[in-house]
Amino acid sequence: MANYKSLYQEVILDHNKKPRNYGTIEHPSHHAVGHNPLCGDHITVDIVLGERIDNIAFEGESCAICKASASMMTTAIKGKTRAEAETLIQEFLAMATGKLSHDACPNIGRLAVFAGVSDLPTRVKCAILPWHTLHGAFNAVATTSTEAEEDPMHAPIGDA
Amino acid sequence: MSVIQTALKIRSPSAFDVERIRADFPILKLTVNDKPLVYLDNAASSQMPQQVIDRLVRYQTTQHANINRAVHHLSEVATSEFEEARRKLQRFINANEEREVIFTSGTTDAINLVMHGYGRKFIGAGDEIILTTLEHHSNIVPWQMLAEEKGAKIRVVPINDAGELLIDEYEKLFNERTKFVGVMHVSNALGTINPVKEMIAFAHARGVPVLVDGAQAAPHMKVDVQDLDCDFYAFSGHKLCGPTGIGILYGRAALLENMQPFKGGGDMILSVAFEKTIYNTIPHKFEAGTPPIAAAIGLGAAVDYLSEIGMDAIAAHELALLEYATEQINSMPGVRIIGTAEHKAAVLSFAVDGVHPHDIGTLLNQEGIAVRTGHHCAQPVMQRLHVPATSRASFAFYNSMDEVDALIAGIHTVQKIFT
Repeated sequence: MANYKSLYQEVILDHNKKPRNYGTIEHPSHHAVGHNPLCGDHITVDIVLGERIDNIAFEGESCAICKASASMMTTAIKGKTRAEAETLIQEFLAMATGKLSHDACPNIGRLAVFAGVSDLPTRVKCAILPWHTLHGAFNAVATTSTEAEEDPMHAPIGDA
Repeated sequence: MSVIQTALKIRSPSAFDVERIRADFPILKLTVNDKPLVYLDNAASSQMPQQVIDRLVRYQTTQHANINRAVHHLSEVATSEFEEARRKLQRFINANEEREVIFTSGTTDAINLVMHGYGRKFIGAGDEIILTTLEHHSNIVPWQMLAEEKGAKIRVVPINDAGELLIDEYEKLFNERTKFVGVMHVSNALGTINPVKEMIAFAHARGVPVLVDGAQAAPHMKVDVQDLDCDFYAFSGHKLCGPTGIGILYGRAALLENMQPFKGGGDMILSVAFEKTIYNTIPHKFEAGTPPIAAAIGLGAAVDYLSEIGMDAIAAHELALLEYATEQINSMPGVRIIGTAEHKAAVLSFAVDGVHPHDIGTLLNQEGIAVRTGHHCAQPVMQRLHVPATSRASFAFYNSMDEVDALIAGIHTVQKIFT
């Protein structure tokens, strides 16, 4: 059974209350908006990408899980190369959807606090929304579209 | 024990014994996250008493066959039990005739039946359909599909900040192009009880038929379709202590007879030839294919169960729960009730300052408390009231005052975690 308490631990509550890199960047090289169709929440991700990710910011209305995930994502990603960031995105998605345990994700670090979300299918989307949006921002360069294809974001979770 | 709880016991010493009722519901004995289950998501789906479960078992064990077909024993038994269920539903809503009661798969299916059967035949280009801001998506989207197909127009009755329909504005929407009104009896998102009887009388004075979405009303109050004088009344079995996959469309016989069938197939015909098919009489004209027989019979048992307790007693107990919960929440700093209509059913939507509804839902679940969070399939209401989503506790007659206390304690815990 899920230990829900582990999800709402201090580090997540702290990032929710005082999100890091919150806001927008005036001239981002990459930008995307992510929507969570389950609850109508949305966030924006702005990046300045040179050889490395020189700057990153996010903004939006969302639950604590989503906001903390976005906040911790920005601190983890800043200064990384795009390739390193893409690797971390894949590890985070695999951990949050329960495909990999956090032990099997070598780069995951402090983001392991989100491992518990994989036991809460209706909350997985909250945790991965920022990562999905970051992925979309990167790919906008090549595809000019952030409409995702094979992403767990699009797993059908009804809201009748 | 609270003051109201004490008052309730004094007021009705023997009329409503919630503990005895709870004993009928095996699922209420569950624990969730090592806490006793507190099930407050009844507006989404209610739970099933042992009497209904037993009826389903008895049907599947000793009575099942396809209906309206064979002359053998089991088919005759199943057909007769199925039609008996229809009569139970007829009595439950006081329909004039049993052929006015159509089995559907649920409220959504029932509304779609009216859209296809009535709307596509009688509503045309430039005609207007009146709906309300409060409607569930299931009473919006079918009419949008019709409007798009026919070039008809949808007019929307606005609400005030309390979540009440503005009846003056409703009356102003009528003109010579008005052809149909769709209105929910009770709001699933806010609990508002709409003055549907008065709205129907106003529409009828202008020759306009009215469909009432009763999904949230039928489980909680006495519904009398003849007294309401509605033309259509739709509701679902699974919100009424019955199974999923079954619902009811009540329709006035004269209207049903003039409507085109929604689905074609077996049972809905008298004769089929490639040259011409003759449709069956109502209600069978609208019941193509093998219906959910077990579910219909289960729903019949569910309305027997509810009728034995009494819909008036159910409504009174639920009102006491609502009043107590409202009083408790109103006394909590940082918690706001969304939907404060004067006439409300036992639905309590609320917002907690600084805490997103999804976090509230997850943390209450940790305490064993089931509430609904989100837009409740009523996005226009959320937009109008400027909230992205709410948390919603919705009560049934088997909920107790202790469970209200558990909810209040749960909200305190949420607030403590987020401060």
